[in-house]
Amino acid sequence: METGADSPIIKMNNVSKFFDTFQALKNVSLNVGAGERMVVCGPSGSGKSTLIRCINRLEKHEHGEIEVEGVRLDDSAAALDAVRKNVGMVFQQFNLFPHLTVMENLTLGPMRAYGLSKEEARARAMKHLERVRIPDQAEKLPRQLSGGQQQRVAIARSLCMEPRILLFDEPTSALDPEMITEVLDVMVELADTGMTMIVVTHEMGFARKVADRMVFMDAGEIVEAAKPEEFFTAPKSERTRDFLKKIINH
Amino acid sequence: MFRLILLLALAVTLTGCAGNSSGQSWGWYVVDPRTTSGMNNLQFLMSGAWNTILLSLTAISISVVVGLLIALPGLSERKGVRAINRIYVEVVRSVPILVLILWVYYGLPALSGITLNVFWAGVLALALSDSAFQAEIFRGGIQSIGRGQYEAAQSVALNYRDTMRYVILPQAIRRILPALGNQLVYMMKMSSLVSVIGMQELTRKANELVVTEYRPLEIYTILVLEYLVLILIVSQGVRWLERRMNVSEA
Repeated sequence: METGADSPIIKMNNVSKFFDTFQALKNVSLNVGAGERMVVCGPSGSGKSTLIRCINRLEKHEHGEIEVEGVRLDDSAAALDAVRKNVGMVFQQFNLFPHLTVMENLTLGPMRAYGLSKEEARARAMKHLERVRIPDQAEKLPRQLSGGQQQRVAIARSLCMEPRILLFDEPTSALDPEMITEVLDVMVELADTGMTMIVVTHEMGFARKVADRMVFMDAGEIVEAAKPEEFFTAPKSERTRDFLKKIINH
Repeated sequence: MFRLILLLALAVTLTGCAGNSSGQSWGWYVVDPRTTSGMNNLQFLMSGAWNTILLSLTAISISVVVGLLIALPGLSERKGVRAINRIYVEVVRSVPILVLILWVYYGLPALSGITLNVFWAGVLALALSDSAFQAEIFRGGIQSIGRGQYEAAQSVALNYRDTMRYVILPQAIRRILPALGNQLVYMMKMSSLVSVIGMQELTRKANELVVTEYRPLEIYTILVLEYLVLILIVSQGVRWLERRMNVSEA
């Protein structure tokens, strides 16, 4: 099934991914336009995390092609460079560096990978910490922060690399309920800036608010991709209807 | 400090045994600091301390570096590269330290034409032997760091070297610090073996004094106490380091 936008920044064509004998992605084709905000949902094990992990090459696909910014992803240095420069990622478990302060977490990448001076990197870090509204926590260690604050630091860390595409892998699933909103608020603001975002999440309120397109995955396939209005009010597939009923019904 | 007091109590208890008549009578006069000859003997015994310290510290500095360099290929995904690690570790740690000392000092010159003085022969043998254990300690420490840390490092565009240097090793070293302390203590004790090739360290000094004074019980008791004091100081140092580094543990 082919879905996509007119000026794709990400192109996936017939992508398959196996974990030993288990096929996590089955011939997935998907284009993502520059500036598009896409929300991916589906039951656990449906391949949605694998999908975005293939886009920044944390997983290697076995069949098909993936292009990011016109660069075909393979084992070449050029491909790795394209991914590192263009694609940021926010993880479910935050994955902050626990032995470094918030500021050091934010400046490490820009200084080591982009050669920024310490002052430049710190200035950039402060800008993004203000954006996620925790500039006063800069000198603290991650463990001294709440889960919501840690995830906002992780978002700021990604932003410091100034990526063109930002991937979110269930960014609120590890959070206590009262902290989900503060993270989603930051993500909504980010969506308004024109950043290309692919968000794997079960937060359907967020999806309705920001998504340009909804993608529903099941058993390694894209079952349905549609604009949110259609997706939520008139899903075409039986599987989509079942899934929505389960997660929205309470 | 508590332990140093305990130690003194032990020494006093041993001295207290001097008067009893269980066949062997103590002759502490041989190291009695109140007499000139006793003082001379004591100073002679302690004059080996510096060499013991220098020998073990030099050897462990080298073995930590070599151990790390050997541990890294052990983490590779490629079998051939991992084999380098396995072969080194299995071969080197099967050689008894004493045998290695004799081999390096007497065997190596015949093989290569390079003659090492006793100090460097001792350092080389101790470092070589310990490096195999260090390699396993480092491998264990590095493998205990979760995959998420590597993925986060990749997502901020760090290359392999920077990932190891700034993200993985600082966390791994903190975890293996108790094991490194163990190795340092072990190394100080094993340095006594270098006395067999004539290194003038603590054990050698004691052996020489026994030959001239014929008081093995008192002299070797002093030797035991010398090692005890040295190693208690080292242990305190390691614990201090652990506390200091623990400040930023996750």
